[in-house]
Amino acid sequence: MKTIKYEDIVSVVSGLCQEANYYLEEDVLEAFKKSREQEVSPLGISILDQLIENAKIAREERMPMCQDTGFAVFFVEVGQDVRIEGGVLEDAINEGVRQGYTEGYLRKSIVGHPLERKNTGDNTPAIVYTTLVAGDKLKITIAPKGGGSENMSGVRMLKPAQGVEGVKNFVIETVDKAGSNPCPPIVVGVGIGGTMEKAALLAKQALLRPLDRRHDDSSIAALEEELLERINKLGIGPQGLGGRTTALAVNVEIFPAHIASLPVAVNINCHSARHKSIIL
Amino acid sequence: MAEYTLAAPLTDDVVEKLRAGDLVFLNGIIYTGRDAAHKKLFELIQEGKELPVDLKGQIIYYVGPSPARPGQVIGSAGPTTSGRMDAYTPALLDLGLKGMIGKGLRSQEVLDSIKKNKAVYFAATGGAAALISKRIVKSEVVAYPELGPEAIYCLEVEGFPVIVVNDAHGGDLYSMGRKQYQGE
Repeated sequence: MKTIKYEDIVSVVSGLCQEANYYLEEDVLEAFKKSREQEVSPLGISILDQLIENAKIAREERMPMCQDTGFAVFFVEVGQDVRIEGGVLEDAINEGVRQGYTEGYLRKSIVGHPLERKNTGDNTPAIVYTTLVAGDKLKITIAPKGGGSENMSGVRMLKPAQGVEGVKNFVIETVDKAGSNPCPPIVVGVGIGGTMEKAALLAKQALLRPLDRRHDDSSIAALEEELLERINKLGIGPQGLGGRTTALAVNVEIFPAHIASLPVAVNINCHSARHKSIIL
Repeated sequence: MAEYTLAAPLTDDVVEKLRAGDLVFLNGIIYTGRDAAHKKLFELIQEGKELPVDLKGQIIYYVGPSPARPGQVIGSAGPTTSGRMDAYTPALLDLGLKGMIGKGLRSQEVLDSIKKNKAVYFAATGGAAALISKRIVKSEVVAYPELGPEAIYCLEVEGFPVIVVNDAHGGDLYSMGRKQYQGE
C-alpha cells in the first residue's frame, strides 16, 4: 500500500496545468518543422514560422501558447494499491486547477451552467476520467482542450455495412466542413467502435498519443496514413488559407463493437496539441 | 499577394485597395470584442441607443486574452472563431465598422454586408497568441469591465500581422486558397 497526500496531488496538478499551456511538446514542434519543409503555400509557410516562433516565446516567457487555455481534461490511472490521504482525488484535481489557472495567469473559460453561462472564475470544474489499474502508482495526464476545435468535432452511428469506407468518409467530411475554424494544422483523433460515448472517449484518448507514433495494429496504422494523406489533399492548409498542411497527424483508436453498431467519433485538436503526464 | 503597413482606424481608400491574400501589418488603434460584448452592442442598436464606442472606420478584434502577468501589457491574445459573431456583425458594419480580425469562416450575410459596406475581414493566426501579444503596446478597458476577458478593450498595436481573407470586392481567400492547393 502506498499513501499519496491530497496536498501533493494539488500541487502537482497546479504545475501540470501551467506546463501544458506554456511548453509545446517536442513531437508537435517537430511536426511543425517537418510540415514547413513540405509546405508550398507562401502564406502557409509564414504561418508555420509564426507557430514555431510562438512556441519559443511561450516557453521563454512562461506565457500560454494560446489564450484559450482550455477545459482542463484529465485522464487518471489509479493503482489499486494507492491510498489518498486527506481528501478525495477529484477535489484535489479541482483545487489544483483552481490554483494552476489563477497563479499561472491562464484564462478562465468555464461557465457554471451551459444555458445561464456565468463564468465560474477559476476554470473549474475539471473533467476527470479515472481508471483503476494494477500497482501502487498514480498517473495523472492533463489535456487542456480549446473550444474552437472541440466545436468542430462529431460522432456518427454508422451501419456496419458502411464499413471502413463509411468511417473514412465521415472523417474526411468532418475535417472538410471544419475548414479554417479549428485552427489548422490540426491533429485528428478518431475513435471507432464501442458505444456512442465510448467512441467519443477513444477519439479524445487518441489525441494523447505522440504524433510520430502509429497504431500498433498495422491495418489501423495504414488507415491513419491514408486518412492523413487524403486530409492534406483537401487544400485547407495552415489556418485554412490554402496549402498542404491541414493536419499534422491522424491517430485512430478502436474498441469492439455491438453486432448492430459501427460508431465513429472525430475529435479535432488545434495545433496547440497540449498534454502533460506525471507519475506519482 | 501584396504586403502593406497600414494605420488603424481605416479609411475607405485604404480598404478598397486591399485584396484577399494580402499580408498587412497594422499600426494604431483597434478595439476588442467577442460574444458577450457583441450581444450587448447589438441590443443597444436594436433599442436605438448610443454605443459606448463610435465604430466609424474602426477595426474590431475578436479576442478574449489570458490575464496579463504583472508588468505585461496584455496576456496571450490570439483570435477566436469569428463565426459566433456573425448574427451581430451586419448591424455593426451598417454603423460604419470597417474591419474585423478573427479566424474562420463567415456567413453569407456577413460576406454580403462586407461588400455592401466596403469593409474588410482579416485573419490573425489562431494559436499564435504569445507572438501576437508582443505586437500590442497598450491596452485599456473602454466598456463592460464586468465581462472580464470579454470586455471591450482599446488596444494600441505595432506591426500587428494579419491576412486579408474577405475584401470589399467579394474576394474570399478561404475558398481561393483551398481551390489553389486542392489535390496537391
